[in-house]
Amino acid sequence: MKQIVIISGKGGTGKTVMTGAFAALAKNKVMADCDVDAADLHLLLQPNIKERHEFKSGQTASIDKKICQQCGQCIVVCRFNAINQDFTVDPISCEGCAFCSHICPVQAIRMEENIAGEWFISETRFGPMVHAKLGIAEENSGKLVSLVRSQAKELAEKEGCDWVIIDGAPGISCPVIASLSGIDCALVVTEPTLTGLHDALRVIDVARHFDVAVKLVINKYDLNTEMSQKIEEYCNKNGIFLIGKIAFDKSVTEAMIEGKTILEYKDTRIKDEVVKIWEELRDLKKGLGYE
Amino acid sequence: MIISVASGKGGTGKTTVAVNLALSIDNVQFLDCDVEEPNARIFLKPHLNNQKKAYIPVPHIDESRCDYCGKCAKVCAYHAIAVFPSQEAKIGTTLVFENLCHGCGACSALCPREAIKEVNREIGVVESGPCGKIEFVHGKLNVGEAMSPPLIRQVKERINPEKTVIIDVPPGTSCPVVASVRGSDFCVLVTEPTPFGLNDLILAVEVLRKLKIAFGVVINCADLGNDLTEKYCRQENIPILMKIPFKKEIAMAYSKGEPMIKVFPEYKKEFAIIYERMTGRIK
Repeated sequence: MKQIVIISGKGGTGKTVMTGAFAALAKNKVMADCDVDAADLHLLLQPNIKERHEFKSGQTASIDKKICQQCGQCIVVCRFNAINQDFTVDPISCEGCAFCSHICPVQAIRMEENIAGEWFISETRFGPMVHAKLGIAEENSGKLVSLVRSQAKELAEKEGCDWVIIDGAPGISCPVIASLSGIDCALVVTEPTLTGLHDALRVIDVARHFDVAVKLVINKYDLNTEMSQKIEEYCNKNGIFLIGKIAFDKSVTEAMIEGKTILEYKDTRIKDEVVKIWEELRDLKKGLGYE
Repeated sequence: MIISVASGKGGTGKTTVAVNLALSIDNVQFLDCDVEEPNARIFLKPHLNNQKKAYIPVPHIDESRCDYCGKCAKVCAYHAIAVFPSQEAKIGTTLVFENLCHGCGACSALCPREAIKEVNREIGVVESGPCGKIEFVHGKLNVGEAMSPPLIRQVKERINPEKTVIIDVPPGTSCPVVASVRGSDFCVLVTEPTPFGLNDLILAVEVLRKLKIAFGVVINCADLGNDLTEKYCRQENIPILMKIPFKKEIAMAYSKGEPMIKVFPEYKKEFAIIYERMTGRIK
């Protein structure tokens, strides 16, 4: 069983559209949406939720006003400015370190477990999917990503699947790092813009930092062919495997509006391009590209 | 006045709106808080003449004082310390996993033998400098670093209250976004009128309502998609500040790192108008 993650550094380059297409193309797989704080894959795959679980993570301080003597030590030690002058806790600032509860001389502070989101096991027209919804303005998205991934992997092993295909988050920090551990190949989707390239290179550095093999796709390459050319040259020079290029096509948005993957929508040339990329990625399995 | 530019979904045009807004009004300080992928500098080309490394405090164990009592490991909510007590001839060990540390300071303050002091661990850099009349500051997180909020807070320590501060916010709805938008007087949410854009816009709206920050929406690539985003905004009484059509020339300028108002100077007036609308809303 191989695990593939689709990441980008920069947001909006086409990760989820790509992942959706792979859902339609790959056989015998589990899909996982690890962009847990702005998940969109469900809009293409319309999962039918079979199991729903709470995601408990971290703690928040709570001050018992009846016991509190307002000595102020908690306010002094809290580095996250989470305790207000009236001895109430600002739950958004509280990082759950519990320093206040340890320092309180009258034990007026209790740490309460957070429910930081939900995760789901679902069925889609392309097979099983594991996904999640981080609570609004919550922390620990990395932990939720790890949870979604371990559930997806378990499911794939149980059902004897060949693939776990993971939609990743933008950026380079905890949710992305959590989506890279134990991955066989990271597909980085970029666009022919200076920012797209800059951000892709940052995330490629992160993937390499964690010893994950990387393949690059240039999406919407014809929006600036000169820049695409430059990216290609850069890849050649720096040993980055460019696996394919996809043209800009308004049908991507049209398919999205109909809740379909681009594979299920009308025939376009980008369909062939995406199929080619998937086949290449699939065949790398035979020992070629997964370093 | 502090204006943040956020979106939920990535790639909708936050940086475009933030940069062009900054170039259309006077007396601006620009803060790029997307420290994972800071790329406003590509458009503004500031002269970054000031660099300051950013650190967070992490525990350092003085082995000569430590008696492996295990108190630090017990109080650490992030499992960043492990203590192996001494056994017969074998001397104990206290291990610190710096990547997991949030820098709360509980371990060092609560150690009964004062065996823990805090040392700095580098997580990135805060760089600043002028670009024309704009004061520019951004943070750049080190590769492999998991936590961005401490660096975002250090970027925000540079806020100049004499200026109109424009903050470029990372995508998403979790802690880095909260760290960036908190304290703003107004937040511009940039979206695109697609199902993905709308889904993530709704999440971003929930964040701002929870934080009680006033906001309005800019619809980018307004002609690619459907009208559900506008309907949603009307229903929810959210002001639509501006609509930017999809134009190949805009995409082309963006791809080369050129601000949109260089190609379409007429937008300068529009950005100045939305700034006026924002100040009006705050009053």
